[in-house]
Amino acid sequence: MDKNNVDIQKRRALIVASTLVGGIGAGFAAVPFIASWLPSARAKAMGSAIEIDFTSIEEGQRVTLDWRGKPIFVIKRSKESVETLSKISERLRDPLSNEISQQPGYAKNIHRSIKEDIFVVIGICTHLGCVPLYKPKKGEVDSSWVGGFFCPCHGSRFDLAGRVFKGVPAPCNLVVPPHKYLSDKILRIGEE
Amino acid sequence: MYKNLSDNLFNWLNKRLPVKSFYEGHMSNYYAPKNFNFWYYFGSLAMLTFGIQILSGIWLAMFYNPSSKDAFDSVEYIMRDVKFGWLIRYIHSTGASFFFIVVYLHIFRGFLYGSYRKPRELLWIIGVIIYLCLMAECFFGYLLPWGNMSFWGAQVITSLFGAIPILGEPLVEWIRGDYTVSGATLNRFFSLHVSAMPLVFVAVIVLHLTALHEVGSSNPDGIEIKEKKSIDGVPLDGIPFHPYYTVKDLFGVSVFLFAFFAVVFFKPDFFGFFLEAPNFTPAD
Repeated sequence: MDKNNVDIQKRRALIVASTLVGGIGAGFAAVPFIASWLPSARAKAMGSAIEIDFTSIEEGQRVTLDWRGKPIFVIKRSKESVETLSKISERLRDPLSNEISQQPGYAKNIHRSIKEDIFVVIGICTHLGCVPLYKPKKGEVDSSWVGGFFCPCHGSRFDLAGRVFKGVPAPCNLVVPPHKYLSDKILRIGEE
Repeated sequence: MYKNLSDNLFNWLNKRLPVKSFYEGHMSNYYAPKNFNFWYYFGSLAMLTFGIQILSGIWLAMFYNPSSKDAFDSVEYIMRDVKFGWLIRYIHSTGASFFFIVVYLHIFRGFLYGSYRKPRELLWIIGVIIYLCLMAECFFGYLLPWGNMSFWGAQVITSLFGAIPILGEPLVEWIRGDYTVSGATLNRFFSLHVSAMPLVFVAVIVLHLTALHEVGSSNPDGIEIKEKKSIDGVPLDGIPFHPYYTVKDLFGVSVFLFAFFAVVFFKPDFFGFFLEAPNFTPAD
């Protein structure tokens, strides 16, 4: 072979072409390995929507459900509690849920729920992820307490619509999960 | 300027790690006989199958559950629920069979062209050790799906040690960690399969390649290329491994992958030879 007669350009073109084709092939080969890390069909089935008969919840009662490893609180607020919600706006950081979206569009109102009395919320403090205590009665924590959720870790306070009070460590309201009413009895959580 | 920078970086590295001399010694300046034929593909293909097994095996271990209670179900979980789990498992099961096919062709090449003769005796012996490791590795792996074939296969093979006079019975119990193949056996086989044996493999493969690059490859015509060298010490009947044989082997790899994935996608049980029907029932 005459070494002086090497067509360098042709050689480059071949190297580039084969590297490119090989690289694309390697990219495709990586897909199953990367995709296999996504939640499996089993994990997805376990994390699918859950249902509850909300008519069995009594006024003032809290029911805790497990959805995707998170505690879901479903509470039934008394008429008095619902009325209180609109009276404490000036003590709250984000009373109308305008700042950061912590709820689906249909729960963006003063009581942060579809029905006025039934409230669905993820029971995880927005400060550092503790589970807040349910303290529905007036004065249960201190004299200014109007009823709500109190986080025992760092003292964050939320009202009965999961809205955060001013001057506590938690920066924003509790998260309302997607939920809908299938009938007058059945509440479905985890699905729009 | 960038050229200078990369040159400097490379020089800095090279003074501290012999990248250049390693690359030259084993790739661009390593001379292999120029008359390799079809049979010389299977060494590099064995390396490829080893790589495929390591990669797919690491991924399977992420989803597999090595307990006698959950093993079978976790394999079905991989097949049905894990995204692309079926593909990763079939790659691993087909890869195991192809590993043997490739290794047998590689050994056949050795017989055909006398690759076991002086000066390659030790290279051959290391190869035989790799083959024994491969059998052990596959035996350990075969128990993991915890199907009926897995269980009884392990039961029979471990029983063979019972034929040893006096020591036999206690030895079998020691291997199984129980009076029969059980969860204890499964756990130790899993550990050996996914960590101990692969480490041994890497070690013996490094030895095999080191020995190979010391004595040089055989070739169909039986010419020792090191016996006739030019004035600058280049074997006259040799060509540099890179680019000549890297490119040739890449061609072999692409043909091999066609055959390999034809089986993975269209006939992963390969008519009952690669995956046997009884292994789809849990061990009982």
